[in-house]
This record gives sequence, C-alpha cells and structure tokens, in this order.
Amino acid sequence: MNPAGFSGQMWRAWAIAKKDIRIYYIKGPVLIFGVFMPLFLFLAFLMGSRQLPLSFLISGLVGMSLFFTATAVSPAIFPWEGQAKTLERLASCPVTVEAIVFGDMIASTLFGIGITVITVIIGLVLGLTLVHGITLLAAILLAACCFSAIGMLLAVPPTNVPSNIMMLSSLIKFPLVFISGIFIPLEQMPAWGLALAFFSPLTYFTDLVRYAFTDTHYFPVLADITALAVFTLMFSVVTMFLHKRTMPKRM
Amino acid sequence: MTAVIHASDLTKIFGKSTAVDHISFDVREGEIFGFLGPNGAGKTTTTRMLTGVIPPDAGTAMILGYNIRSEPVLAKQEFGVVPETSNAYTDLTAWQNLMLMGELYGLPRARAERRSSDLLGMVGLLERKDQKVQAYSKGMKQRLILAMALIHEPGLLFLDEPTSGLDVQSTQMILSLLRDLNTQGTTIFLTTHNMEEANRLCHRVGIIRGGKMVAIDAPEKLKTAIDRVHKIEVSFDHEVSADALAGLDGVIDANRSGDKWQITAENRDAAIRSLVTFSRQNGASIVTLNTLAPSLDEAFLRLTQEVQS
Repeated sequence: MNPAGFSGQMWRAWAIAKKDIRIYYIKGPVLIFGVFMPLFLFLAFLMGSRQLPLSFLISGLVGMSLFFTATAVSPAIFPWEGQAKTLERLASCPVTVEAIVFGDMIASTLFGIGITVITVIIGLVLGLTLVHGITLLAAILLAACCFSAIGMLLAVPPTNVPSNIMMLSSLIKFPLVFISGIFIPLEQMPAWGLALAFFSPLTYFTDLVRYAFTDTHYFPVLADITALAVFTLMFSVVTMFLHKRTMPKRM
Repeated sequence: MTAVIHASDLTKIFGKSTAVDHISFDVREGEIFGFLGPNGAGKTTTTRMLTGVIPPDAGTAMILGYNIRSEPVLAKQEFGVVPETSNAYTDLTAWQNLMLMGELYGLPRARAERRSSDLLGMVGLLERKDQKVQAYSKGMKQRLILAMALIHEPGLLFLDEPTSGLDVQSTQMILSLLRDLNTQGTTIFLTTHNMEEANRLCHRVGIIRGGKMVAIDAPEKLKTAIDRVHKIEVSFDHEVSADALAGLDGVIDANRSGDKWQITAENRDAAIRSLVTFSRQNGASIVTLNTLAPSLDEAFLRLTQEVQS
C-alpha cells in the first residue's frame, strides 16, 4: 500500500484516533466532565425554567452534550503533545498533518457521539418520544464531525501551553451556547441574536434535535442539514490548512 | 558509494537569527556519520530539517532519493528517528507504543507484533512490555524509543544525542546496538556532543559551528589535519644523540622526554621511515613508536574556535 496514498493515510489517521481515545478520552475525569457539564447546565435551566417545556430543554441538553464533548479534549491534544514532544514523534512518521488532524477529529467525533447517546437515553427515560430517529442519527453524526472540526480549529494557535488554548476555547464555546437556541427559543430571540444564531452550527443541530423529538423546527430540515454539512466541510478544510502552516512552529 | 542523505544549501532562519546557514554535505550508504557541534550550533535544527519535522527556508535535502519537502511521506517511510528528547507516549505501555508505531508505518499486525517482540527482547524490555512508560527510567525510555524507530527495519536511522544523560549500561547497550545495526547495513546519522563516542563509532564526522559546516572528514584525518606539524614518540634500546635524530629526513626537532624522544615532524610518513632506517643503520632497536595525534576533542575545539575567532 502506498503510504502517501489516501487509504494509507486513512489507516494512519485511525491509528492516531485509537491512540487519542486510549490516552485522552477513556479517562474518568474526562468522561465525568463530558456527562456532568451539560447535565448541570441543563438542570440549572430546568430549575429556573420560564415555563419552557421539558422536551425543549432536553433537545438543548442533547445539543450541548455533543457540542461540549466533541470540543472538550481535541483543542488541547496538540498543545499536550507539543509539550510532551510526542508531536515531534508523529511529525517524523510517514503521516501527513491532515491525517494527524483527521485522526484527532475521529476520536473527538466518536467521544461526542458516545456521550450524546447517553443524553438521548436520558431524554427517552424522562418520557420523550423520538419522532424522527433517522434524522436524529444523521444530525448527530454530521454535527459530531462539525464540532470536532471546531475543536481542532481552536487548537490552531501554535502554543504548547494547554491552559491558553482551553481559555480561548471556553471564551468561544460558552457564548455560542447562548446564541444557538438552546436556552432561548429562536422565535423569542431579538433580531441581533437571531442574526448571530445563523452563524452558529449549533443552532442547526439543536433545531434538528428539536424536530426529532417534538416535530417542530425553525428552519426547514434540509436547510439545517445543508448548513451543518457546509460548516463541517468549511471547518475541516480550514483547520487542516491552518494546522499545516502552524505545525512547524510547535516543534 | 551512493549518498543516502544529500543536503544542499540547507538553511533555516528563526526571526533575525540564521540557525543553519547554507550547509551542504552527503552521507554515504552504510556509514555512521557523526554530526558534531557545540550547543546552539544548529545540529538539532539540521536533523529536524532532514527528517521533515520542520521545513528548510532554503536548500534541499534528498533522503534515500526522496525530496523531503515534496515527498515527505515516502522519505519518512524509509528512515527511523530517535529524537533528542524522549517522546514515547508515557500513558501507553511499551507494547502499545510499538504497535502504534507499527500502524503509523503501515506494518501488518502480525509483522508489527513479531518485530515488537524481537525489538523489546533486543533492548532488554520484553519482561516489562505491559508496563506504562511513565514508570520507566530515562535509559529504559531511550531504549524503547530506539526500538520504536526500528519497528519498520529502516535503512537509515537518525539519532539526536541518543546517549545524553544515560547511565553507562544503557549507553553501552545503545552503542553496541548501533554498531550491530551498521554491520547489518543500516546507515546511521548520529548527532552527539560526545567526542569519544563519535571517535569510536563514526566513519566520518561533520562539524557544525554557528550554522555553518566547518569540517567533514574521517575522525583520524580530522585529528591530524588540524596540526601542520606532527608529534612522534620513539624510544630505542640504547642511547642515540639528539643531533642525529634532528638531522633525519622529515624531522624538524627532537626533544628528550624521560627515556623517550619526542620528534616534531613536518611529514609524519617520511619521519617514521627515516627513524626506521636510522634504527637499522645504527643498530639501535626501536622499543616503542607512537604517533601523537590530537584527540577529536582537540580537533573539535580547534575547528570550532577558528570559526568563532
């Protein structure tokens, strides 16, 4: 098999993803954070609820779970590995920067999907009915890819200090949650809020989850899926391009 | 011999500082090439450019016939790297690290397992293969990293300070492994501070100073080349006169030192031949005869200071 060929690099990306899962994801604190962080945010809003129905909030919980888990660890992997010099090991192996980034994306996508399935089960246990299962499945797969690309995009600044990246990551992620129709329905948002919501991929995922559970939606389903697909493609291409440029600066 | 590494005008600039300044050299197939230089001379930067970790700002490097910039994956597939700092995954076991390397080099699982077992046995870590690397000593980590670099049986091995800070046992094991690998045909590019190590191991050494290559040659030739005059120490089984020795062809001066004579010669070969002829003609048997070449340390210091001054 040609090591520089597409399939050769895909196998290597899968090896990197397995390594990431083993080292960074299957860790008690990471798993606990992945489940509890969105759950506590959900409970906070449930208790202070302004007559928002449970089905609305559960959809938001699913959206948050996927968004937070798929972007939880991936931004810090490059800085960690840069600090530990294991990134230099990868860079000296016959693997492209794109394959390294893609491997990290696969790991965060799988982690995001795994945790999100738990929140979907929570929703079902709480009595919600899944109206459009296939749509939910497609939305989770697509959004997990999209959010993992965002996670990798956050790791682009060539610093090997993980706390710098995590701070930047939080600064971007938390505001995004509040403009994406998770706690405030899009219908109730002011015009400026709605304008911002258009630029958040989380908006479209939350809308799809809401459609899957309640059969209501703000945007047409096809528009949601198209928007997510476009964001996924755009973030993936941009993150790979930028990482290729910044990788040597980490060494 | 064909060149497995062909560096041409390699240059790397960091900000306003030129770390590596248009260096060119070849490393021949089957040799151990020592890359020497003081701290900050540009050794690691050069190694990183040769291994495709960082791109050069100018110049090219052909590794085993592949251009490291335009065909990095194909080039990297053919060589192994032992970087300056330990970089195995400490949260993985030695076995998991090797299997990861096997996957990154595209080895079939069965071959990766066989190679991992062989290599762990070779570096004395087989019994601790399932232990996480974080519990390993520095020497054990370095041996593991050498094993990781060899998983795909590369024809070329880059090592950056592989024995730096290691205990005697690990150092000897690594040097012995390198000799064995070279005997089996592996070309070795070795960056080191250790002159004794380079002297004993390398067929040729290149000395870099301030980003410029100041000398490339066999260690013995480098040692002798730095002095225009040579010292020979000789002793005879009975007394000979200083004047008789000083008048010999090729000899500049003869000074007594205990029971020996220190001969200063312009041409070492001619001086030794004259001494042997003198011995035969005068019935004075030679008891000892040593050529006093400067050490590689002296050659290194002389060469690097010349550039500095």
